[in-house]
Amino acid sequence: MPSRTGSHSPAGFGKSLPERGLLLLMVLVLLQGSVLPLGAASSPDISHQENLGNNKATDEGHNFTKKAFPVLGIDYHHIQTPFEISLWVLLASLMKLGFHLIPRLSGIVPESCLLIVVGLLVGGLIKLAGEKVPPVLDSRLFFLCLLPPIILDAGYFLPIRPFMENLGTILMFAVVGTLWNAFFIGGLLYAVCQIQPANPSDLHGLELLPCLLFGAIISAVDPVAVLAVFEEIHINELLHILVFGESLLNDAVTVVLYHLFEEYAGVGAVTVMDGFLGVISFLVVALGGVLVGAIYGFLAAFTSRFTSHTRVIEPLFVFVYSYMAYLSAEMFHLSGIMALIACGAVMRPYVEANISHKSHTTIKYFLKMWSSVSETLIFIFLGVATVDGPHSWNWTFVTVTVILCLVARVIGVVGLTYVINKFRIVKLTTKDQFIVAYGGLRGAIAFSLGFLLKKEHFPMREMFLTAIITVIFFTVFVQGMTIKPLVELLAVKKKQEAKRSINEEIHTQFLDHLLTGIEDICGHYGHHHWKDKLNRFNKKYVKKCLIAGERSKEPQLIAFYHKMEMKQAIELVESGGGVKLPSAVPSTVSMQNIQPKKPPPPPKSVERALPQLPKGREEEIRKILRSNLQRTRQRLRSYNRHTLVADPFEDGFSDLLLKKQKMIELEKKIKEMNNYLTVPAAPPDSPTMCRARLASDPQAYSVKPVSDSVPTIQVDLASPQSPDSVNVMDEFRRAGQEEEDQGLMMKPRGPGGPNKPGEGDATRDQQKLMRCLSDPGPSADEDEDEPFLP
Amino acid sequence: MGALQSLPGQPEYIGLAEKTGFSFDQIGVLHKRFKQLSHNEETLRRDHFNEIPDLACNPIRAQIIEAFFDRRNYRQNAVGMVEEISFEEFLVVMSHFRPPSPHMTEEQRESVRREKLRFLFNMHDTDNDGTITLEEYRHVVEELLSRSGALGKETAKSIADAAMLEVASISMGHMEPDEFYEGITFEHFLKLLDGFEIESRMSIRFLNMDTTTLCK
Repeated sequence: MPSRTGSHSPAGFGKSLPERGLLLLMVLVLLQGSVLPLGAASSPDISHQENLGNNKATDEGHNFTKKAFPVLGIDYHHIQTPFEISLWVLLASLMKLGFHLIPRLSGIVPESCLLIVVGLLVGGLIKLAGEKVPPVLDSRLFFLCLLPPIILDAGYFLPIRPFMENLGTILMFAVVGTLWNAFFIGGLLYAVCQIQPANPSDLHGLELLPCLLFGAIISAVDPVAVLAVFEEIHINELLHILVFGESLLNDAVTVVLYHLFEEYAGVGAVTVMDGFLGVISFLVVALGGVLVGAIYGFLAAFTSRFTSHTRVIEPLFVFVYSYMAYLSAEMFHLSGIMALIACGAVMRPYVEANISHKSHTTIKYFLKMWSSVSETLIFIFLGVATVDGPHSWNWTFVTVTVILCLVARVIGVVGLTYVINKFRIVKLTTKDQFIVAYGGLRGAIAFSLGFLLKKEHFPMREMFLTAIITVIFFTVFVQGMTIKPLVELLAVKKKQEAKRSINEEIHTQFLDHLLTGIEDICGHYGHHHWKDKLNRFNKKYVKKCLIAGERSKEPQLIAFYHKMEMKQAIELVESGGGVKLPSAVPSTVSMQNIQPKKPPPPPKSVERALPQLPKGREEEIRKILRSNLQRTRQRLRSYNRHTLVADPFEDGFSDLLLKKQKMIELEKKIKEMNNYLTVPAAPPDSPTMCRARLASDPQAYSVKPVSDSVPTIQVDLASPQSPDSVNVMDEFRRAGQEEEDQGLMMKPRGPGGPNKPGEGDATRDQQKLMRCLSDPGPSADEDEDEPFLP
Repeated sequence: MGALQSLPGQPEYIGLAEKTGFSFDQIGVLHKRFKQLSHNEETLRRDHFNEIPDLACNPIRAQIIEAFFDRRNYRQNAVGMVEEISFEEFLVVMSHFRPPSPHMTEEQRESVRREKLRFLFNMHDTDNDGTITLEEYRHVVEELLSRSGALGKETAKSIADAAMLEVASISMGHMEPDEFYEGITFEHFLKLLDGFEIESRMSIRFLNMDTTTLCK
């Protein structure tokens, strides 16, 4: 039955209804099929014993009677655990696949809800089959295996700038908001439980501390649920980072409150001293977690400095160091989530400067993959655990909890915003407050924390669990489903999809410096001043330590520009290899339009004007240049969407970049032949090209003032000018031949002249190339020989 | 602090408050800072600015200082540079960095935007011809990268070229191969930084408390 999975073809995006129905049917059968092994697995003891007994019998029997040699046998529990795990993961992934086949559904219902429903179904099926439901949402499994990938993904890709700008607000919501929620809910629940003298229910037995503990568990906004829902609604960056940041940072508060109340719930009283220790504990937990994460982050960054020869294991360092940061923090009862976030955020700028592009892609995709599977599994398990878990439904308790959660959240957000707006430049409007309040979803972390409670200390454990599950269901289903229409209704600002342009980047940097300057003139140390100080410290000391080679000096603007160039190269390839760079705005403006025409040269240099090339020669040159262009164009045309995955950091793009530069250069060459323009204005290129260009344009020296032309070339002016054209032809023919011979193998050409350290973009480009080329991937031959897949 | 304390030159402050939108406390604090910078003289000169130690490591220090002495920033429709400025002009330049008040109509917000972008434009357009030419833009990028040593020079040119190309593409759309794009006019500049949210980004928090004793 599990072998049916093989028959799912990847191209089965069933366009027609019967195909889709068939696929769904197969998925359902798979579900059924998966239940049986799981059911069998959950009662291993009995079957194991039987098997042992059987084996013994057969062993003994073996001595007396010769049986036929067993050609085929089944030994399930040899592979039981890994098999189950794989089956669950497969189920989760297939579910994810399946949802996107039903278009209307995935638009209305967020994925998290669907997954919970699937979990309920699976749990129900298992129960129907009469087997014991496996304890899937076991806290150890959850906290050690399922949660870290999601948090690492969030932390590594955390947008640092908006996070830091709004850090004060986020901390207020996370710390003060969660505290308020916990005490409000816990306190009022206790009060409600006490005011029922008429019907003596078991609620009376509920003391204050367990109530407060319950309040602490249920008050924390859950990052998994928030991520799952907010991913689909695309609201603006500010709101996203506020709610998401809050869900990440409230972990410290939750940990402290949980341990505090759990510790003393048995004793029954919490003194002021304990409260005071609790506050200290909070600071230790939060700052300690961040410190542990930062230490591991720096270690990872430092390690990545030396990985230039073993590129293949670079991603491993990122993952392992982060996971160890999490585990170390958990070991000391510090906040593991904050450690993970700190580790990811700290190591990212340095690691990304050191590792190869392939490793970067690997890290990105692995993180996304793991976090996606983890999230899916969590929601499915939530459904399964709901079916399974021991429930104790109490109308009063549950409804009061749900109502209190909502009320507490709203009051908390409104109150805090009133205070926060006094200190913010960009105030939070009512719409923003509504979204922040409404986006406070609870999720699996609350459930796992409740699951951790011991029955002996907390006789009300089942009631708690039921209430927690109800709140989770309510927030995920009701709030999750309605938030999207509400966002539309309230016309909340959505995420801007605009591409980051180079102008905006320039002006962002410019503004940073400008505002820092104005603050210095004003004389007060605002947060621009401190940010600037941190940046300078970073550049001066830290980067030198942690980033290998030349990249440590690369300013952010240049790094951004290089990234943009690469993206443009990919776009060029995708568009089929035209010479023109496609841009976001269709226009016919090219580099020529913006280059100022040089004033006519002063009359003195008339003698040194370029000798007119005989007409025939000119034609020849033009023909050769054009044919070269055509050849490159043809080769590029075979890169289309089907043969090349559009990924900025994939194999082979670096030589495309060089080709693109060459093509632009060649095009300019043709034009320059016509106009004898002397402004080179070309993107940096290899010394060979420079030599070719300069050799054919001696006028460049006469008119151009003392400026840095291509710095690394020593040009001998005494070289006769007449064979220029020949040089040009030779250069390009040779270049063309070299290309032909080596196919895609680009050996970085050594620099022609004296290579001043750190100067000239040619060297830097080559270094860039070397960084890409030094990582040929797992099997170099395979990659380089077959660039053009049919 | 506050209304109980009688500030010197109160009637003057009323005029300034109306012109620039600062509160009395803020004007008082800034006046103190002005006196500190100018060593209790009546006017500030460029060398007074050069004395501020924190400003020394700012890559665009020269442009910031020039902005204070640029008549175009005094909201008087005048042009040219001055040699020294009084407190009023100091305050007017500072008022460009006030955060937008939360309750503003759309057109008020738009005018604040234009004002701030005009300030930036004036900083780039050093020869005051109304356009930012390629040379001026190159200069801007070079200054930004001036702290990164020699390897910034060539790339600065490429970056400025690419940026200029982008502006031209956005503003002009279609150009013949032999047409020449003169430079970024103010209207193009507005269009370029349309989504930039300049009114909130280009603001600093002017404190009401006197912290000048803490800083140099």
